[in-house]
Amino acid sequence: MTSVTEAPAPAAAPEAGPAPRRRRRRPLRPAAGLLAWAVGLLFFFPVLWMFLTGFKQESQASTDPPTLFFRPTLDQYAAVLGRDFVPYLLNSLQASVLSTLLAVVLGLPAAYALSLVRIPQWRDSLFFFLSTKLLPPVAMILPLYVIAQNLGALDDARTLTLVYTAMNMPIAVWMIRSFLVELPKEVLEAARMDGAPRLTEMRRVILPMIAPGLAATALICFIFAWNEFFFAVNLTATRAATVPVFLVGFISGEGLFWARLSAASTMAALPVIIAGWTAQRWLVRGLSLGAVK
Amino acid sequence: MTAQTTPDTARRGPTTREPARGERWIRRTPLLPGLLFVIAMTQIPFLFTVYYSFQDSNLLRPDSGSFAGIANYGRVLGDPLFRNAVANTVVLTAGAVLLSLALGLALAVLLDRSFPGRGVVRTLLITPFLVMPVAAALLWKTSVYHPVYGLLNWALSPFGIEADWVNDFPLLSVVMVLTWQWTPFMMLIMLAGLQSQSPEVLEAARVDGARPLAVFRRITFPHLRRFVELALLLGTIYIVQTFDAVYMITQGGPGQASTNLPYFIYLQAFRAFDVGEAAAAGVIVVAATLVVAMFALRVVSSLFEEES
Repeated sequence: MTSVTEAPAPAAAPEAGPAPRRRRRRPLRPAAGLLAWAVGLLFFFPVLWMFLTGFKQESQASTDPPTLFFRPTLDQYAAVLGRDFVPYLLNSLQASVLSTLLAVVLGLPAAYALSLVRIPQWRDSLFFFLSTKLLPPVAMILPLYVIAQNLGALDDARTLTLVYTAMNMPIAVWMIRSFLVELPKEVLEAARMDGAPRLTEMRRVILPMIAPGLAATALICFIFAWNEFFFAVNLTATRAATVPVFLVGFISGEGLFWARLSAASTMAALPVIIAGWTAQRWLVRGLSLGAVK
Repeated sequence: MTAQTTPDTARRGPTTREPARGERWIRRTPLLPGLLFVIAMTQIPFLFTVYYSFQDSNLLRPDSGSFAGIANYGRVLGDPLFRNAVANTVVLTAGAVLLSLALGLALAVLLDRSFPGRGVVRTLLITPFLVMPVAAALLWKTSVYHPVYGLLNWALSPFGIEADWVNDFPLLSVVMVLTWQWTPFMMLIMLAGLQSQSPEVLEAARVDGARPLAVFRRITFPHLRRFVELALLLGTIYIVQTFDAVYMITQGGPGQASTNLPYFIYLQAFRAFDVGEAAAAGVIVVAATLVVAMFALRVVSSLFEEES
């Protein structure tokens, strides 16, 4: 996999050039503004529809033409929560929160070594992390399954946690590094002049400055882990199954219960929608592994 | 290692003096836990996959498990279903990447200017990307594509169009969902590109009397090129691995009409239990991904060097 590392950083390309943040934007003509609103609402409509359907009765959920006005009910939410949704939720929480913490804890020192400390072949290591993102999950799933089976670690939330940590490491390393590279050199040099040991420098100087960056990185990792389905469906069965797996079981087990399914989908999607809205400033940086600010 | 000889390295790299040999290992220690962990979790399974690909291994036949040479590769490459999956993967990926890039660029141009509620529209537009892919696929399959109760047929009925989308147009159905999900991603990258333009240059062009279309073609588009290439590269890497949408919406069908490579390998491994062939297919996919990625990285980086 090291062959990829021979190309110079392409991802760094868009970093170049000044990025005027607070540029005064020219106003859009009213017609174009309306168009932007129309497209925005069109893109959002399926999500809104899912949200609304969750508050319908089943008889109102599948009608021709679609039912637009109805008296909202919480019956479907009660039904989903009554159907053992909570254990799946806890599994998802455990796998995504722990894997996010691990990715940040392992990624921060790695990113530090690859940016502020001079180590040999730092580019090779950096691109090695990136290259694992190119490895399709299907090419690894069989051995992971067999290894987990032999270790008795199938259907175990801890296995999923480790897999998600590895999956998010490239994002964590590249993204945290992009924040470290931006730190003002003068501050770091001043700290080093004072003879502060590296760990102190990390704790007193660097951590406070990149704390928002770490939070953004964590949110991005959480989003990917929470939404992940392929590893979850293949490595878990009943005990450790996560929310996406719950949704799949829902449709095969209950057929066309759209209202209930919509209530379940809404609850499944909500944590990440909130996390994503909160982190929207950093979303593009996370998705492009730190290449685009 | 060509990268380290570029002048770029010296500027962007750390600035301390050359350390002694023993000290290097001390400096390396912060990197090691993360690096070793990722090697263990990704490279070891991949090596196993390579090993399986040379084994005659089928979980349904207990007597299997002997060395098979390159027989699995021969079977995969000769399998019409594998070639079908390759073709579907190309159509799915190219369709979804290009459509979402075009839409994303158009939306970014709109959002680059100010208008009332700009922040709200932006928030609405990124939401499809955030919805759990499994939930999104279920939503589209049940509420949008359903032949009787679906929103799409309802919206198109005034035009006399009615279809059983998932069965009649399986690939298009998956492409539409992927485009809906990935347009926000493309839009964000394009928007970042538009906003990193120098306002002075744009202003100067305008003062010189250049028309908006000419400004876009001569100034904005060349500036955006790197961003377009990055978006194409990342979009392809992510969308080639699509599994959730195919699994949930079409199950690769009808027949094998919408089976892409990840779903094909999944079927071989977890439905047919043909571990050897699944592994060989996996290795071929990784090799192909690396070739495409290396080519793409070369293109991008050579353009980068041209400009600097």
